[in-house]
Amino acid sequence: MSELEDADTIFIIGSNTATSHPLVATRIFRAIEKGARVLVADPRKNQIAAFAHLYVRHRPGTDVALLNGMMKVILDQGLEDKAFIADNTEEFEGFKNLIHAVSLDEVSGITGVSVEDIQTLAETYAKADKASIVYCMGITQHTNGVNNVKSLANLAMLTGNIGKYATGVNPLRGQNNVQGACDMGGLPNVYTGYQPVTLGAANKKFAEAWGVSELPSKIGLTIPEMLHGIEKGEVKALWIMGENPVVSDPDANHVVKALEKLELLIVQDIFLTPTARLAHLVLPGVSFAEKDGTFSNTERRVTRVRKAVAPVGDSRQDWQIIQDISSRFGYKMEYDSPETIFKEIASLTPSYGGMTYERLEGPGLQWPCPSPEHPGTPFLHKDGKFTRGKGLFHAIGYKPPAELTDEEYPFCMTTGRVYAHYHTGTMTRNSKSLDFEVPEGFLEMNPADAEALDLCDGHRVRMASRRGEIETRIMITERVEKGVVFMPFHFEESNVNKLTNPAYDPIAKIPEFKVCAVKLEKVS
Amino acid sequence: MDYRNTLTTCTYCGCGCNFFLESLDGRLTGTIPCKTSPVNEGKLCIKGWNVHQFVQSEKRLTKPLMRKNGELVEVSWDEALDFAASGLKAVKEGTGPDAVGFLASAKVTNEENYLMQKFARAGVGTNNIDHCARL
Repeated sequence: MSELEDADTIFIIGSNTATSHPLVATRIFRAIEKGARVLVADPRKNQIAAFAHLYVRHRPGTDVALLNGMMKVILDQGLEDKAFIADNTEEFEGFKNLIHAVSLDEVSGITGVSVEDIQTLAETYAKADKASIVYCMGITQHTNGVNNVKSLANLAMLTGNIGKYATGVNPLRGQNNVQGACDMGGLPNVYTGYQPVTLGAANKKFAEAWGVSELPSKIGLTIPEMLHGIEKGEVKALWIMGENPVVSDPDANHVVKALEKLELLIVQDIFLTPTARLAHLVLPGVSFAEKDGTFSNTERRVTRVRKAVAPVGDSRQDWQIIQDISSRFGYKMEYDSPETIFKEIASLTPSYGGMTYERLEGPGLQWPCPSPEHPGTPFLHKDGKFTRGKGLFHAIGYKPPAELTDEEYPFCMTTGRVYAHYHTGTMTRNSKSLDFEVPEGFLEMNPADAEALDLCDGHRVRMASRRGEIETRIMITERVEKGVVFMPFHFEESNVNKLTNPAYDPIAKIPEFKVCAVKLEKVS
Repeated sequence: MDYRNTLTTCTYCGCGCNFFLESLDGRLTGTIPCKTSPVNEGKLCIKGWNVHQFVQSEKRLTKPLMRKNGELVEVSWDEALDFAASGLKAVKEGTGPDAVGFLASAKVTNEENYLMQKFARAGVGTNNIDHCARL
């Protein structure tokens, strides 16, 4: 993260950095002070755009088109890093052929960004000595999210901006321990440290360590697939720990219907969330301030979490709840502390292998950290070495989002966060100071659209998509362009995810939160 | 008077800032950013500065709740844990392990996520475990 300060050029796409990752934004502001050029591409003119050398407003869901346009400029002007491509990458020819066929005028038509701006973006990025890309959910929450990420990888490889200090393609993880939940095997296809459940050796290793004769080797279901499975009557019980899918998932009405169909819904949380209200059983866990353990941040840094106060009421440690249910279920667990659990994790997970609570005192360690002497790894893919050997170019053409605007639903709606709140608001809306900052949901709208609908700042509107409708007040702002509206998803009483589109990326299974078609009507 | 400072890691975004939670006689009173943390270097955002406020909110869940006659009512831990274990067992035995699903969480610790996937895989026998990484 601190490396960003030393980049010459930082290209930010699909990240509202100053709001969602304020301490990453600090690094970007420092880089600007040192003379770095910042390029921002985002459908919404977020705060950091005001500090950018160039800000471009591309239409929601047109990222691949924009990136291909940039790469066309780079190839046409011969700005690519030929030595890096030859030494460290594969499949460049197919990619090059696709890019050659791209027309900048067409890209400009699709994205709404002028040819001149596309050229400046490309030249500034390609001519930098050390260029970093920063992206977030604005890139991934699309039906073509994986293609968006691959296109960013293409751009970095094309210019040799990867595996060197202050370069790379840097995803910002949205939630504090989302990295850790992935690292720990909270995914349907892998055990800890991304060891595949389908791999015989890993399967055998974990079965042995966990004292069972066999483990399932079939890849499990993702969240959207589980919801689908519930509807088909194939999934009958769900145990949700510390998540609030009724507010966080797309097409909320549909999520509620599915959860109501379950024979058994267990929700373990610290507040009675809208999801918990649907449960058969609610288990009070404890907050981060009442427990010991570890979190892994967006730069793979593992740090300690320490208990500051006793749990409220009769709430219990989440690890103890799992252990007690497991033992009563018939699979005995007998850990005496989070540290004992961590030791088992380190023994089964090569990338965490050299970590102990003792070594995590202070600034923590970045994985891979395979042995007790290993200092940890600040950046991956060092010196052009990729996990798979060589970096692979992907030829990717532009595909429009799953739902486009039409006569009935003429506005394009996109979602995100505001500075004072976090995700579904379970914690921040229970914080007096933060709730005071932004007490209710709102919809950002361009002045021209507001005028056409006869609306003033603060007026209430009814907003509907093909999936649901909500009411909210509007905020008139030029942060969004004409025809595009933006709404934060922190507010359960005006839950924008009743409207969002559950269509998801075929590989990553990430839903298209960032684009859906809506209609608006004044509430009199 | 028992005044303490406890060094820990923030629960909000993926930055993972470090700070000290201040407590007085078991009540959280404030947040002090950690100057030596390589992540936040003595700084915090508005969410971090106020992170102590939600922890001891009156709205926190303090007892297990079970649905009886359509209403969620308070029950003992014993009853709650037995209900969970026997309910999961009944579904596994009736329909099979893949009829059970788990949502792990970006909000809990590594140790807790590890334990949940261990129970899903070794206890119940399913890989149906996911979390909100995509959301």
